[in-house]
Amino acid sequence: MSELFIYLMPVDWLVDPLTHEFMRRALMVSALVGGVCGLLSCFMTLKGWALMGDAVSHAVMPGVVVAYALGLPFSLGAFVFGVGSVALIGFIKQKSRIKEDTVIGLVFTGFFALGLVLVSKIKSNIDLMHILFGSPLGISRSDVNQTLIISFIVIIGLLLFRRDLMLYCFDATHARSIGINTGILHYLLLTLLSLSAVAGLQTVGIILVVSMLITPGATAYLLTDRFDRMTILAVISSSFSSILGVYISYWSDIETGGSIVLVQTFVFLIAFLFAPRYGILKNSNFVNSN
Amino acid sequence: MNPILKTQIKEKTILRIQADQVCVDYNGTVALYDASLKLQSGSICGLVGMNGAGKSTFFKALMGFVRPSRGRIRINGLSVTKAQREQFVAYVPQNEGIDYSFPVSVWDVVMMGRYGSMNIFRIPRESDRRAVIHALERVDLIDLRERPIGALSGGQRKRAFLARAIAQRASVLLLDEPFAGVDVPTEKLMAELFLQFRQEGRTILISTHDLNHVRDFCDFVVLINKTVLAYGETSEVFTSENLNKTFGGIPPNPLSGRRSAKDFPNE
Repeated sequence: MSELFIYLMPVDWLVDPLTHEFMRRALMVSALVGGVCGLLSCFMTLKGWALMGDAVSHAVMPGVVVAYALGLPFSLGAFVFGVGSVALIGFIKQKSRIKEDTVIGLVFTGFFALGLVLVSKIKSNIDLMHILFGSPLGISRSDVNQTLIISFIVIIGLLLFRRDLMLYCFDATHARSIGINTGILHYLLLTLLSLSAVAGLQTVGIILVVSMLITPGATAYLLTDRFDRMTILAVISSSFSSILGVYISYWSDIETGGSIVLVQTFVFLIAFLFAPRYGILKNSNFVNSN
Repeated sequence: MNPILKTQIKEKTILRIQADQVCVDYNGTVALYDASLKLQSGSICGLVGMNGAGKSTFFKALMGFVRPSRGRIRINGLSVTKAQREQFVAYVPQNEGIDYSFPVSVWDVVMMGRYGSMNIFRIPRESDRRAVIHALERVDLIDLRERPIGALSGGQRKRAFLARAIAQRASVLLLDEPFAGVDVPTEKLMAELFLQFRQEGRTILISTHDLNHVRDFCDFVVLINKTVLAYGETSEVFTSENLNKTFGGIPPNPLSGRRSAKDFPNE
């Protein structure tokens, strides 16, 4: 493998894969999904909804299986179960004395287990590995179309309502006191989260999709004190990581979802160490100089 | 417009806050009962009570976050929901209630006061920018407008949220523990601001257990312990008997100038 890196010029390294239809498609979908999840991840990290992201992304599993079995678009099933899980979490929390994080853990593992059982019971051509770990290199044309539609909806929703959602994350009390319906904003954000999770599982799979929904936002958060800049940085870092991850996966013949998430984590670590204001190296200098 | 409001405007005072026998309970637990209060325009009123006495419940009722199980609240003669839509009510939060690592600038925070008057996509117009600039000038933060909110001192943070209420052009201001963690210059500026607000006909309701500041700042005071124990001009209401009732026999004594227990966490 290392010979490839020696013999290929960087340009070839970039251009060669583009001669394949499946690679062009994979790169396009990965970049788009990366951007969409990156944008949403800003709201997730600022609202403190990382665990909620994890829950929704796992809870969509039975929805995907049922939709495939019934011949429906998988995104529809995933969406229904994603929103359903959140509603169930809210219901149990309200009706019992159990703390929220416990309820979240309880519900999403239950849904995920249901999905696993359904896959083993419903005899179909569903590839469990495909759902769990994603397969952007083998994505079908209809899946591409679904992903395009979902991405479009999420981007429009987030761009149009970014001010309200930002206010909701920052100071929900003020939002309510000036007559904004925060209940609608809450469910809008949850809906967009479910849709993003569906998009994200195309490229990195159910298990790793939470990384797409958190890491870019966390990285951007370390780099800026401006909300708009944070969203731009998150989108760029997420799309970049997705594209680079797919390339590395292609040349090194490694699992694509894992590759994308590893690049993303690596980008985060760089920000964690070297971020101009909030990187730990900067902080330790500051402490030493005092 | 209802006839009562009309005559009040003729007399140049408006009943800003009117609470009639308000009761609030959470799943059967009574948090507030028979709380009645009338506040005219241009008054500064302290809302004083222990933790759990119902101060925040009363605020929540005034902001429409909890629905009274009995009684009625009117703000500028309107129901709470309508008053909110008219941007009549501004809430200035406690410093502890805000995430100061949030990536927003002072300008962004004050602009949030304008959101309720903007269209659904919250695109600022020139008039919104002018309102923000004006509000920032009044709290003396115009030079710090580009700063992230987290880079401000405690007093500056408080001023930023006051500026948000000014930008909102609210006529009723609800302040939650506004004196906690505030430096001397900010306290002076707040004193001036409150007087200006009073002149402008705004009504300020200050929730606190800091009795010294109530004495210095407030024209009126409401003593609260699950209900309104006493209400009236500060000099008349602040008797040791009333304070005993409010604080259950162990009042921080305002007459000796000793500050409330909160200022001496080690005692």
